[in-house]
Amino acid sequence: MTIEEAPLEAYDAHILGEQLTEMYADNEEDKRNVAVVTAGTAAEHSRFGILNFTFYDPRRKTTRLKQAGRGGIGTVFRNKKLKALIVKFSNVKGNLNNTFEQSIINKTGIKYHKEIHDQDHLQNNMRKIGTANIIEVMDAYDLLPVMNFQYGSHPDTEKIKSTVFIEKYLTQGVQDGCWYGCSMACAKAADNFLIKTGPYKGHRVTVDGPEYENAAGLGANCAIFDPEGILELNFYCDTYGIDTISFGTATAFAMECYERGIINKEITGGLELNFGNFYSSVELLHQMSKGEGFGTVVGQGVHRMKKLFAKKYEADEEFLFDIGMEQKGLEYSEYGSKESLAQQGGYGLTNKGPQHDEAWLIFMDMVNNQIPTFEDKAEALHYYPMFRTWFGLYGFCKLPWNDIVPADNKYSDEPAKVPEHVQNYLDVVYGVTGKRLTSDEMIIESERVYNFQKIFNIRMGKGLRKDDRIPYRSMAPVTKEEYESRQERYDKQLKEKIGYAPEGMTAEEKMAVLREYREDQYEKLIDAVYKRRGWNSNGVPTLEHLKYLDMELPELIEVIKDLQ
Amino acid sequence: MILIIKLNNRDFPWEEGLTIEKIMEIKNFTFTKIIVKVNGNHIEREDYAATIVNDGDNVEIIHLLAGG
Repeated sequence: MTIEEAPLEAYDAHILGEQLTEMYADNEEDKRNVAVVTAGTAAEHSRFGILNFTFYDPRRKTTRLKQAGRGGIGTVFRNKKLKALIVKFSNVKGNLNNTFEQSIINKTGIKYHKEIHDQDHLQNNMRKIGTANIIEVMDAYDLLPVMNFQYGSHPDTEKIKSTVFIEKYLTQGVQDGCWYGCSMACAKAADNFLIKTGPYKGHRVTVDGPEYENAAGLGANCAIFDPEGILELNFYCDTYGIDTISFGTATAFAMECYERGIINKEITGGLELNFGNFYSSVELLHQMSKGEGFGTVVGQGVHRMKKLFAKKYEADEEFLFDIGMEQKGLEYSEYGSKESLAQQGGYGLTNKGPQHDEAWLIFMDMVNNQIPTFEDKAEALHYYPMFRTWFGLYGFCKLPWNDIVPADNKYSDEPAKVPEHVQNYLDVVYGVTGKRLTSDEMIIESERVYNFQKIFNIRMGKGLRKDDRIPYRSMAPVTKEEYESRQERYDKQLKEKIGYAPEGMTAEEKMAVLREYREDQYEKLIDAVYKRRGWNSNGVPTLEHLKYLDMELPELIEVIKDLQ
Repeated sequence: MILIIKLNNRDFPWEEGLTIEKIMEIKNFTFTKIIVKVNGNHIEREDYAATIVNDGDNVEIIHLLAGG
C-alpha cells in the first residue's frame, strides 16, 4: 500500500480513470487488473457526491465507470483531499479466498447462467437495457415521478421508453457485465455519444446506463423527456461525481419552486429553471463542478434548500416541507408512493433515508393487495429491509435475486421472496465459508446490524419517531392540481374508505379530509412496524429485543437505556 | 344488478365474455412478470385470451416485483 501525490492529473472521473489505468497498467493486457475509485469535481462543491469505480472494458478498449454511494460519500472523499484509490491485482480466480467447497459455487453459478439465458428475454430484458426496462412500466402504473412527484405518468414518456434507448443509443450484442464473467450483464452503455454542453462539448464519450433511476430522476421528474438530454445529464453526474438520484430530485424541487414563484431568475443567477429545461439543469451541474452560482445551492440538497428558501426568501415553510422530497437529509428515489401505504413506510421507516434498497412494496400493496392489514404491511416492512441488509453484509449483488426469476417460481409458496434464489445465496455462502445458514438465521444476522445502525442513528440525533415523518407529497396530493389529476380515485376513496360524501365539496375541503385520513394511516403503520421490529412507540429498540438478538453491548445500552 | 368478480380480492365488474386478456387490457396491466390464477388454478400466458372468467370467479393477477 502506498500513498502518492498526484497534482497533475484530471479530477473528473472519466478522464482520471483512464489516466490512472494507463499509468498503473504495465501493458494493454494488464489494464483489466487495475481498478480506480474516484469522485469528481462537483463532489467537492455539493453534499451528494458519489464515488466512481472503474473497470477496464477490453472489447471497447476503454475504462468504464460504475457509481455507488448515496448519502455523500464522494463529498467525504474529496473533503479528505483524496483524488483516487487504486487497486491493482492480477490472477483473479474462483477459489482465491480458499473457498470451503468450490463445486457448490460452480453448480450454483451454472444454474444461474442457464436461467438468465433462458428467461431474461421473456421477463425483463436486463441484458438489452438493464434496469431501465421499467421506465414505461412505472408510467403505465402511475408510479413514474413527474414534475417533482406531482404526477405519476406523462404522454411524453413515449419519447424516453426503454426501446428508444435500446434502438438508438445503447450498444447491443456486447457482454456488458460490470465484473468479468457476470451472466446478467446489465451494465449497458451508450458508445460514441456526442456531448453538447460544458467542458466536454464536442467530445464523444461512453455513457454508463441510463439506469431506471437516472431516466426517471434526470428525465421525467424534471419533465425532460429527451433521451439525449438524459444521457448527457447522466454523463456529467457521473464524471463530476454526483448522485443522479439526489440531483434529479433536488433539481425537480428547485424547478417546482421556480415555477411557483418561490424563487426567481434573480435568485437563480439568470437560470430559467422551468420544468423541461435541459440546458438549465445541465448548467446546474457545470456550476457545481466549478463551485459557483445557483448550482452550489441545489448541491446542498433539498433539506438545506427548504431551510434557505424559508429563511431568506420568506417561503411558506410548511408548503416546502410538503413538496420537498427528502427525509433524514436524503432525497427520495424515483418512485411515486402516494397510493401505497406500505411503500410510504418503505421509504420513511428506513435507517438511511428514502431509498428503495430496503423495501419496494408498491406492487404487493397497491396492485396485488397481498398485504391489506397494518400487520401484513409491518411483516413485509420487517422481512424485506432485513433481507436486503443481508446483501450488504456479504457483499452480494441484489440483481440475481428477483430481476430474473426461475420459470417455476410461480408455483412456490411465496413467489415474491423467490425462495429458490434465497437458497442460492445461502448455498454460495456455504460454498465459500463452510457456514450453513437457514433463511431465518440470515434475517437474524441482518437484524443485529440493522438495530446497531438504528442505535447509531439515535446517537447521532436522527433515529426517533419524529425523524420518520415523511413529506406529505409522498403520501397524498399536496395541491389542487394534483388532487384533480386523480379526482375520480380520491373521491371514491373519500366515499368508500372514510364515509365522506364528496359531492358538492370543494377540492380544498376534500383534500383536508383526505389529509387527516392518510396521515392517521401512516401513524398506525408506524405503530405496527415498530412493534414488529421490536421497538417501542418512539422507535427505540427495546432492551428485551437487544437481548433476543444477543446484542446487549454496553455501548448500545448506554444510548437507549433512558429512552425505554 | 351489477355482477362482479374478485380481482386481487377487490370487486371488479363482470361482463359477458370477460377473459383474462380483457381484464388486463382494462386494468392496463402491462408488466410482464406476473402470475395469473383463476379460483386457485394457474393460467399460462398463452391461455389469457381464451380463458373465460365467470361471474363470481376469484381472479389473482400477481405482479412479481417486490423488495426493491
